[in-house]
Amino acid sequence: MVEGKQKWKAWLYLAPAIVLLLVFTVWPIINTVRMAFLEGYSGLKVAGGESFAFGVGNFVKVIKYQKFLSCLKNTVLLCVLTVPISSLLALLVAVFLNSIKWLQKPLQTIFFLPYVTNSIAIGMVFAAMFNIVGSFYGTDNEIIVTAGIINNIIEFFGGKAVNWINYGSSYAANITVMVIYIVWNALPFKILILLGGLQSINKQYYDAAKVDGTSRRRIFARITVPLLSPMLAYVVITGFIGGFKEYTSIIGIFGEAMGPADAAGRLNTMVGFIYDALSTNNQGRASAAALILFGIILVVTLINLQVSKKRVHY
Amino acid sequence: MAKETIKTMHERDISAERTRSRAVGIIAKAFCYAFLIFMALVVLFPFYWMINSSLKSLEEYRQSVPTFWPQKVLWSNYAEAFTAASLGRLFFNTAYVGIVSTILSLVITILSAFAFARLEFKGKNLLFSALLATMMIPGELFTITNYSTVTNLGWMNTYTVLIVPFLVSVFYIYLLRQNFLQIPNELYLAAKVDGTSDFKYLCKVMIPLSLPTLISITILKMMGAWNSYIWPRLVANDDAHRLITNGLRNAFTDTTGDVNYPVQMAAVALVSAPLFLVFIFLRKYIMKGVSRSGIKG
Repeated sequence: MVEGKQKWKAWLYLAPAIVLLLVFTVWPIINTVRMAFLEGYSGLKVAGGESFAFGVGNFVKVIKYQKFLSCLKNTVLLCVLTVPISSLLALLVAVFLNSIKWLQKPLQTIFFLPYVTNSIAIGMVFAAMFNIVGSFYGTDNEIIVTAGIINNIIEFFGGKAVNWINYGSSYAANITVMVIYIVWNALPFKILILLGGLQSINKQYYDAAKVDGTSRRRIFARITVPLLSPMLAYVVITGFIGGFKEYTSIIGIFGEAMGPADAAGRLNTMVGFIYDALSTNNQGRASAAALILFGIILVVTLINLQVSKKRVHY
Repeated sequence: MAKETIKTMHERDISAERTRSRAVGIIAKAFCYAFLIFMALVVLFPFYWMINSSLKSLEEYRQSVPTFWPQKVLWSNYAEAFTAASLGRLFFNTAYVGIVSTILSLVITILSAFAFARLEFKGKNLLFSALLATMMIPGELFTITNYSTVTNLGWMNTYTVLIVPFLVSVFYIYLLRQNFLQIPNELYLAAKVDGTSDFKYLCKVMIPLSLPTLISITILKMMGAWNSYIWPRLVANDDAHRLITNGLRNAFTDTTGDVNYPVQMAAVALVSAPLFLVFIFLRKYIMKGVSRSGIKG
């Protein structure tokens, strides 16, 4: 713009970033795709001097793998359950927060708190809340000392204690605990975004509706939701992307076993599958699974964008 | 006569309508507050339970009827947790990795954001779009190859392996570039006329003007070090370099069964405390940074 000397100077400014990006971002993209298409690629076998045939064997193997299907099922189930629940709850909280003055700031801070937590650490707190202390194998002669605070609360209201995460707990109970934890964890970000969106809606729309005597429900459905729809779409799309990468929240509650004591690995997810393959030196399988995950995220995001194109009012 | 009746009837209608809508308003407000306070309690409950449990004796925790505040407050759980999980070492490692990677990352981000915002060179827009495109790819895809790369470089179980691979964040470059672009070009040209060098202009004008964004980046980066789990577990899970989250998970492997929860909860509280302190003092920057980033850590 000002002088020609700048041309090489710009690259000087960019040099550190570009070098690191080439090594840790660009090369991985190329190499991961390469490893995914080399049959049975493994770091150990490379060291042994083996070479690999080109093909789609890794993908076929991954898709046929029973464990992978279970991981895919868990991931999709958690996504489909948590994204709508957390988005709806966040919408309600944001709309209500926006309509009050007294206590608005303190409540807003409280609702943001779960964001500044370590998902493993707080997962351990949730595990403590749901755990039946003293139950190891679910046999009759065990001395159960306390059923855990959540079961205490359920019993207080006249319900029956549930085996949430201990030995012999049901899949449905495990998933319920995970959904509660993930929703709890996902709320702050969604509330923050939606409340920001609500506060930027022009007050004139509401004044005009008031003059016309429009009912609250109609105002919500015809003004708030349409004007908030870009934020809603954003929250849902990022929710799905994050949901497909669910992993650490399960480690937080169930530990590295990824399931109750009698069914280790039952709650494993796609990301967990990739890391399991990686830590057993099956890079080919890990790469293929990562590409499948990328493909799924891409397709879901495109569908989301397509749907929001029709529904979102900008 | 008839006219008057109609008028009073009309007034009565209006006042009835007013009281009705006021009543509806009050009920709606009450419902609103009831819902929000209920949700706030749900959000706060795990924190409360963490602190409550961390101060109990094991006997008290194991009572079949829970107590909602410890009968005898037992601070010794915290001391026990600190030594049991060797939290001192973990805190040091995490702080070291967090601080070094934040400083280096800020330098790299500032330099490249400046190049993209103010300097002219061939292929600038193409390069920038290519960088943005990499943001779509899930991190797991990079991790697989990076794992082999750092093994080949001999970086296993070092601080380097925890710092270097994540120094460049395309998102931070993007965020800062947007901020730099808002600074009027006239300032730059004026500085050029005065013979100020690019680098001096960057240090004296652009950095001070973008301080809020830089603070947001710093906090998010530090939170990232504090919360990272997957990568450190893969590449640096030895006693000398282990980070806090891995240390916590390793020290308390049992989640179900008969766990010594008071000590475990004390450890969790100690690990969570720094994040809360940062949040209390820098709430504004965190919330601003998060609302623009949409990423955790």
